[in-house]
Amino acid sequence: MTTGGTPKISVHGLRKSFGRNRVLDGIDIDCARGESIVIIGGSGTGKSVLVKCVLGLLRPEAGSVAIDGAETMRLRRAGRERLLQKFGVLFQGSALFDSLPVWENVAFGLIHGRGMERQAAREIALAKLAAVGLGRDVGELRPAELSGGMKKRVALARAVAADPEVIFFDEPTTGLDPIMADVINDLILKCVRELGATAVSITHDMVSARKIADRIAMLHKGRIVWQGPAAEIDRSGNPFVDQFINGRAEGPIQMEVRAA
Amino acid sequence: MITLLASIGAAFLGFLAAAGRLVIFAGMALATAFSPPFYQRAVLRQMVDVGYFSLPVVGLTAIFTGMVLALQSYTGFSRFSAEGAVATVVVLSVTRELGPVIAALMVAGRVGAAMAAEIGTMRVTDQIDALTTLSTNPLRYLVLPRLIAGLVTLPLLVLVADIIGVFGGYLVGVYRFGFNPSAYLARTQQYLETSDVVSGLVKAAAFGFIVALMGCYHGYYSRGGAQGVGQATTAAVVSASILILFFDYAITQALFAR
Repeated sequence: MTTGGTPKISVHGLRKSFGRNRVLDGIDIDCARGESIVIIGGSGTGKSVLVKCVLGLLRPEAGSVAIDGAETMRLRRAGRERLLQKFGVLFQGSALFDSLPVWENVAFGLIHGRGMERQAAREIALAKLAAVGLGRDVGELRPAELSGGMKKRVALARAVAADPEVIFFDEPTTGLDPIMADVINDLILKCVRELGATAVSITHDMVSARKIADRIAMLHKGRIVWQGPAAEIDRSGNPFVDQFINGRAEGPIQMEVRAA
Repeated sequence: MITLLASIGAAFLGFLAAAGRLVIFAGMALATAFSPPFYQRAVLRQMVDVGYFSLPVVGLTAIFTGMVLALQSYTGFSRFSAEGAVATVVVLSVTRELGPVIAALMVAGRVGAAMAAEIGTMRVTDQIDALTTLSTNPLRYLVLPRLIAGLVTLPLLVLVADIIGVFGGYLVGVYRFGFNPSAYLARTQQYLETSDVVSGLVKAAAFGFIVALMGCYHGYYSRGGAQGVGQATTAAVVSASILILFFDYAITQALFAR
């Protein structure tokens, strides 16, 4: 991890609302080159919205997002497409393309985003599948034929297929059993370390967060309420963090529960 | 009274906004046709989906349409001894009007719904966001091939539907009412002009574009999981059907009424 110099990702004053619902209310967070940062928070606190704003999939009302020190908020489509070539994304539901075989899902960015020949892209895709523990035969299957854990591994292979500089992981272990979740965590660590990539993960799985994070930030009501080294999260002294990591119903975070 | 006027005004403004969004969506998708990359494989796949796999349903509806048209026109014309006009009425009705409209409505039900469901599912499962993050413009990869396929393939389908529809009329005329086969075919050709067929094909191209556009538009902006995809599918078929009938009248009135 490189901590000095220009941050790889720098987010300042980010605000995003949906109608009257303000989801992000002035987010300030930096991520150093090669760092693995995990953003934790309850469901509906805006973790996915934050990542989508950084990726340019959602347009925030205010704030700035800089990658390698260059502002990205006003990029036009061509500039945005060039920027996105630096990124790999593992989506929460895997988001594999149903109509394509597994190998073509993994090779998609190489073929369509970078204009690589199909045969060359196929070989890279099969190598990436092997790196996440899936054989060549899996490459010919359709996503509908895969288990949840296999889909996550294919999605991970797709996210790293083009050797990205930054990888975003959206709830990488949600819906998996604890053993498969640990397998995915190990694969994330392996892929990120081999590539030397910067990793931004969002999760509410504390086992996963502790394992893959260099630094953890907690999001609550559209704001970062705490951030610090992963090793210090148990002594953060922050009541929001303490309630969240211990999974207590009582505390400053009040879940909205309405009687029927 | 003021409340009523406000409601009407709000509905009208909402309609204009929706029409504007649709036009911008179509313009943005069409604009991607003028710069690389081009997805020829996706276009071919869509043309097979829209054209080849719609042949059975379009062929069946065309033959029954031609047959019932011959039956009804014979019933009408026999009342003033003009049975000889049956072949002409069948061929003009099928090529100018019924071929394109019936084929387009069938394709709207089969293909427009499938497009809305497929793209809608891709939207709610983040597959469209995934395309974007893989440096691929979803409008270029998903929407443009479908628009091209609708525009190019429906005229070909309608050409086939025209032939099958006329054949349906021939079957009823010859085997039900005892027309001489040669005379029936001669009457079919006698008053048929190239413009009759071409006008139907021009309509078909417009209808094919409408079907694909409404399927893609409603799928692309669907929200809220399975229910949202279901609503998008319904909206795609209903709006395409209404627009087909509206533009059928508009095109006939503007260009081909003689």
